[in-house]
Amino acid sequence: MSMILGVPVAVLFGQLLLGIINGAFYALLSLGLAVIFGLLKIINFAHGAMYMLGAMVTVIMFDAMGINYWVALVLAPLVVGCFGVLLEYFLLRRIAGQDHIYSLLLTFGVALMIQGILTNIFGVSGLRYSMPEIFQGGFKLDFMFLPYYRAWVIFMALLVCFGTWFMIEKTKLGSYLRAGTEDAQLMQGFGINVPLLISLTYGFGVMIAAFAGVLAAPIYSVTPVMGSNLLIVVFAVVVIGGMGSIAGAIITGLLMGVIEGFTKVFYPEFSSAVIFLVMVVVLLIRPSGLFGKEA
Amino acid sequence: MDHPVNQTDIQQAMLDQQKSDQRRKHILNLVLLALLLIAPAVIYPVFLMKILCFALFAVAFNLLLGFTGLLSFGHAAFLATGSYTTGYLLSNYSGLTTEMGIIVGTAAATVLGVLFALVAIRRQGIYFAMITLALAQLVYFMFVQAPFTGGEDGMHGVPRGHLFGFIDLENNLAMYYFVLAVFLGGYLLVQRVVGSPFGQVLKAIKQNEPRAVSLGYNVNQYKVLAFVMSAGLAGLAGSVKTVVFQLASLNDAHWHMSGEVILMTLLGGTGTLLGPVVGATFVVNLEYQLSQGPLGDWVDPILGAIFVLTVIAFRSGIVGEIQKFVRKNMG
Repeated sequence: MSMILGVPVAVLFGQLLLGIINGAFYALLSLGLAVIFGLLKIINFAHGAMYMLGAMVTVIMFDAMGINYWVALVLAPLVVGCFGVLLEYFLLRRIAGQDHIYSLLLTFGVALMIQGILTNIFGVSGLRYSMPEIFQGGFKLDFMFLPYYRAWVIFMALLVCFGTWFMIEKTKLGSYLRAGTEDAQLMQGFGINVPLLISLTYGFGVMIAAFAGVLAAPIYSVTPVMGSNLLIVVFAVVVIGGMGSIAGAIITGLLMGVIEGFTKVFYPEFSSAVIFLVMVVVLLIRPSGLFGKEA
Repeated sequence: MDHPVNQTDIQQAMLDQQKSDQRRKHILNLVLLALLLIAPAVIYPVFLMKILCFALFAVAFNLLLGFTGLLSFGHAAFLATGSYTTGYLLSNYSGLTTEMGIIVGTAAATVLGVLFALVAIRRQGIYFAMITLALAQLVYFMFVQAPFTGGEDGMHGVPRGHLFGFIDLENNLAMYYFVLAVFLGGYLLVQRVVGSPFGQVLKAIKQNEPRAVSLGYNVNQYKVLAFVMSAGLAGLAGSVKTVVFQLASLNDAHWHMSGEVILMTLLGGTGTLLGPVVGATFVVNLEYQLSQGPLGDWVDPILGAIFVLTVIAFRSGIVGEIQKFVRKNMG
């Protein structure tokens, strides 16, 4: 078997693949955070909980009603998205205009509640969710084995990322969103229903997180705490990339996944820390982040 | 008030109010001190010490959030660093007196505070919160992997040892009065800092950072110093906590702990001196009461709900609301 830097090629590509998959999740989550941040100027600390809800809802719907993966792929994000809209309407809206620290703390409290309640109902050990039959097996490439489902995750993540970028940068609705990011008050003056737009934006950002949760359900263990540690990594990713651009969030997410994957090959003990160290280095060299606009 | 130039009526009124506030505070502080001194006769000392440790932790945290306007989401890292360092020293070097272990633990947390501050200070607002959270997670991973922390099991059986080499801290009462002294020292230090010209600059930074910059203050220096002090005091709280409970564990380093200290401070009242103490007392009590009853597993959701309620309904916190009420009704 051929080797690169003393590591078998198959191992290297295997970790690269895992890295890309993790990166795809980082990208999806930081994308949602960036969308929400753009208009609401808040950091959604409940984002990890929403990702977890997406996965939990998928499993629960399957166990209770036999709703399959394909339906869940649409339905679970919608359910969680509606929950997000309600959350925005009843809670976040009340503290709009206050220091942004408060919205961060509010969403943190919400995350604690959701996570705590589900932990009491389902425990912290993972729920089982088997992937659809069609994903059994995979592509046999020369240098590695690529399971169908992994390929599907990468494909869907890229599709959602691109779709979101397209919607925000190229459509009319997206132009409202970008305008609202610049000056919400002025846009209100033009007769656009800004409060509604804010609710929908929050719901949409949360939907992307929930969608990532559905994608994760068959490959990661589904537990009420699956989102919280992931979210901290995503925060680091967001700091590294800066929240200036949608494309920046996507690229940084994938890149960090790959870096983490390679670290697993060469220095496994270090892999859970590497993204945080990259964050430190980026902050020292370029405080506004790789794609950030201002400090 | 260093330069009482151009005193308008409003400023005079504010001064008057400050004076009457201060008088009330003096009386209140004396009453509280008396209560703390006799408390172990009524309440189990170890429980009181737990409250005092967390109160000191929250007071340290509030120096940042309440008086400088910086939200650190990584203060667990300092608590844990103090905790582990002291635990390691006292467990492995039996010749060491307890206060030496605590001093070194505090110093370690202070050094970590310098490192955190130099990185995190480069961004503001919610970025600052995210960065401190990420850095604390890094520290958490280090503690998980480091050989001396005992990993998931933590450090057990840390000897309390002898204070100054001759006061036996195995005696709960002796331990209590030592913890009380440490707490009061930390509290008075923060009170002194907040009231000093340095503290005034911190408040200025909190209220309007660009303005403070334009007045010629090197804002970052002030922020770093406040951060380091806060980290050191948080480490002190962790060190003392380890001596009291004779254990150090990963719980101290977890982000959950960082969240808890925010809740204590917010609930008690940010920007008030007594607020974090009240908040810590409330949260520690609540957790204890819940753990005794059928709701033992519901601590997290309940804390989350309190978080939400506090942010939505009373951002000034318990002490802040009482202050408002007193000012309104008692002039």
